[in-house]
Amino acid sequence: MKKDIEELQDVVIRFAGDSGDGMQLTGTQFTKTTAVLGNDIATLPDYPSEIRAPQGSLAGVSAFQINFSSRDIRTPGDDPNVLVAMNPAALKTSLKDLVEGGILVINEDAFNAQNLAKAGYATNPLEDSALSRYLVYRIPITTMTVSALKDSGISKKEMDRSRNFFALGLMFWLFQRPMDITVEWIRKKFSKDKNIAEANVLALTAGYNYGENAEVIKKHYRIAPAKNVPGTYRNITGNEAAALGFLTAAKLANTPLFYGSYPITPASDILHELSKHKNFGVLTLQAEDEIAAMGATIGASFAGLMALTGTSGPGLSLKSEAMGLAVMTELPMVIANVQRGGPSTGLPTKTEQSDLLQAMYGRHSECPLAVVAPATSADCFQMAVEAFRIAVKFMTPVIYLSDGYLANGTEPWRIPEIDSLPKIEVKHPTDPASFKPYARDEKTLSRPWAIPGTPGLEHRIGGLEKLNIQGTVSHDPANHDVMMHLRAEKIERIADHIPLQEVFGKPEGKVLVVGWGGTYGAITSAVEELQKEYSVSSIHIRYLNPFPKNLGEILSKFETIIVPELNLGQLAHLLRAKYLVEAISFPKVQGQPFKIREIIDGIKKIMETKGGSSWKI
Amino acid sequence: MEDLKNLPTLTRKDFVSSQEVRWCPGCGDYSILAQAQKTMADMGIPREKFVVVSGIGCSSRMPYYVNTYGFHTIHGRAPTVATGIKVANPDLNVWVVTGDGDSLSIGGNHTLHALRKNIDLKILLFNNQIYGLTKGQYSPTSELGKKTKSSPYGSVDYPLSPLSFAAGAGATFIARTLASDPVHMGEVMGQAAKHRGVAFVEILQNCVIFNDNAYGELTEKETRPERILQLEQGKPLVFGKDRKKGIRLNGLTPEIVELGDDVKESDLLVHDAGRAGLNYAFLLAEMESPFPIPIGIFHREDRPTLDQMIHAQVAQARKALGEGDLMKVFRSGEVWEVA
Repeated sequence: MKKDIEELQDVVIRFAGDSGDGMQLTGTQFTKTTAVLGNDIATLPDYPSEIRAPQGSLAGVSAFQINFSSRDIRTPGDDPNVLVAMNPAALKTSLKDLVEGGILVINEDAFNAQNLAKAGYATNPLEDSALSRYLVYRIPITTMTVSALKDSGISKKEMDRSRNFFALGLMFWLFQRPMDITVEWIRKKFSKDKNIAEANVLALTAGYNYGENAEVIKKHYRIAPAKNVPGTYRNITGNEAAALGFLTAAKLANTPLFYGSYPITPASDILHELSKHKNFGVLTLQAEDEIAAMGATIGASFAGLMALTGTSGPGLSLKSEAMGLAVMTELPMVIANVQRGGPSTGLPTKTEQSDLLQAMYGRHSECPLAVVAPATSADCFQMAVEAFRIAVKFMTPVIYLSDGYLANGTEPWRIPEIDSLPKIEVKHPTDPASFKPYARDEKTLSRPWAIPGTPGLEHRIGGLEKLNIQGTVSHDPANHDVMMHLRAEKIERIADHIPLQEVFGKPEGKVLVVGWGGTYGAITSAVEELQKEYSVSSIHIRYLNPFPKNLGEILSKFETIIVPELNLGQLAHLLRAKYLVEAISFPKVQGQPFKIREIIDGIKKIMETKGGSSWKI
Repeated sequence: MEDLKNLPTLTRKDFVSSQEVRWCPGCGDYSILAQAQKTMADMGIPREKFVVVSGIGCSSRMPYYVNTYGFHTIHGRAPTVATGIKVANPDLNVWVVTGDGDSLSIGGNHTLHALRKNIDLKILLFNNQIYGLTKGQYSPTSELGKKTKSSPYGSVDYPLSPLSFAAGAGATFIARTLASDPVHMGEVMGQAAKHRGVAFVEILQNCVIFNDNAYGELTEKETRPERILQLEQGKPLVFGKDRKKGIRLNGLTPEIVELGDDVKESDLLVHDAGRAGLNYAFLLAEMESPFPIPIGIFHREDRPTLDQMIHAQVAQARKALGEGDLMKVFRSGEVWEVA
């Protein structure tokens, strides 16, 4: 049957189902194929913190959203145009986001009395007018999957489990994507059980053919490839990009990487990724706790490796005391903190940017260290390299501050040429005559990185205050004063060695929107939209301590400064304190990223209250 | 062989740092420091290959006094930093110096896992049954009912046996010695130094200021023979002034017996630190009054160490996959070209 084809610029699909429905897998497979077709993409996995939350419950809904486009996009999309709902709970949690007139694909087999009750539906929404505003495809996905697989030689239960591939096949047809990448993946993934592999391929094909043949589906859609910068691309999550960045930094420093870590959501994927690459000489240590991971990282740094630990908020709290030791001993290392909703255990699988002040100040006494934050999932690669570059050059711990949104979200990454990246210079002194453990480089104020095993440089370091230059223990009041100032000054001097802050839009004007971290996509897209009418620019700060040297000057060129953040105003607080500007906080703390529209509306509202109608251009 | 002759021979003095030692006069730590320095000198390993790592407490000041690489870390965390050092560079000889509060209270978790993972560390636990540096509070090894500044009515905490803890954690070398017996201490440290794997040595050490004479019975000439059971490999467990007492197993329970016509030495338990499993080490570690206190090597076994295994996996991966190629990893999975 020949069906119509409609050309679209961008599409946002949300796959939603029970945690056991395989929605993350379905979304990931759709993403892979879509990436290879050359669409620009951004994804948002959103899953519960329970591995198997009660089946069919609202709490157990797992979703995966993908925005794909023929133009440059920066976020996973505000609201889906297409919702695949595998059960009533998925429909209930996601329907409010589906745009009016959007496509709704429903597995009607799952809409039985039991599931409807679990989702809190008094009546079946398929049987009243609740869905009249959408283009609804009611499909008995489970039944059709089982019937397609009746001769596959697998159990009924296993057949049931293939239903997500049926849904995926249908989506492939609906958006004109080939099935070969997923078919290849299935055969590799299930290579140990050929029957399961072929059954899944069959279910995928059945879904595709259903789209082709079913009379209810009248048309499908085409989305042309995006015009990205030339190069070789792959799709990447922020955590993968970070792991590869750390691996790259070690290569650029010609020094093995050490990763000491304790499992924690959403940082564990960095441990998983790095554990795979032992043939790079990566030494990974799964420590007994967060504190041990930090201690081992300090030890590995002392011994001369590119030392790295990774964690999320609660783990960062546990590491605080040992981070003080790292500051006192002035050893180079990177602490990757992938933020999640807090405080305490908070929202482990949801995103937030609420550890900024902890990263800045969350240690006892005056304990300065450098802080960097990637802006996009792909940027995680570059900022991981930058974190190590700063750590080694300035002999300091550096916090790499990512978040759950960046860590688990994906976007296309233009693969760099390793030879084009500048080397990281590592120097270990060897001359006993000139060696003083706390002598300092004139420019950077860094101390020498003398490593055990070097004859004649035997020395002792530790948490007690150090005598300037000599590095022995000192309780002298004047010396403590000198050392406190030196440690602070060293971090300040990093500002001379990082890029100046760039401005998106005009360098002066009425409103400056200031962001950091994973909000880059939403803020930039919102500002781009606002710029059509208003005098608005934005900056996205990737170097948070110290700030870029020109930040104060940029801030002074605008009348109003608005700071959207996934916290209650932490960057705003820092800007106010340092630059004495009236930074207006625009917070969101729902465990979810900003939508573009929320920022547009929020900024407009603030402009109105500030008399901003005159700020139109 | 010629090379061996040219090896620099080191003495204890080579391991003495320029820092003034600041323990209290009469502190048991002086004797431990001297034996540790001597043991290191005797190992035939260059000075720069040693790293002494400590936590917090009186004992933990030791790294400053040993002229090697040293790291005075934070309370309880010495095993973690030492682990990082050893895993980063297995060529280094890494020692951990700790106390009863440092290793068994605030750092109990790290001690447990350092022992369990068999990291090649030499751990010297200075056990004086008191918090000294904070000026005299009861510690996890203080006896029940002990009166201290923080327990004026007597402590209500049951004490922990450090060596039972070590046996429970599966340590591969477990020993006890006395700070007041430099000869014995030197021998035990020498054996610990030779052990490839985690070596856990409890040193009973006297705090003259806050817990003086805690081990008086064990160290004084008069009482020592009755209170100390000196373990010797392959020899029966005999003690007492005239060596007429022994330890015999009655079922699973040890008992003190008098040697004589009814009981021969051949009836006694024979010391073998190499017994399979940790039951025997645990039995010794649990011996307390009226039993004599065993000193010597309780247990030793060879097992691959964590640092060895981590590096072996790296070597295997390199052999199987070749040296890592970043561009290949970058391009793994689905890639596409944009012209």
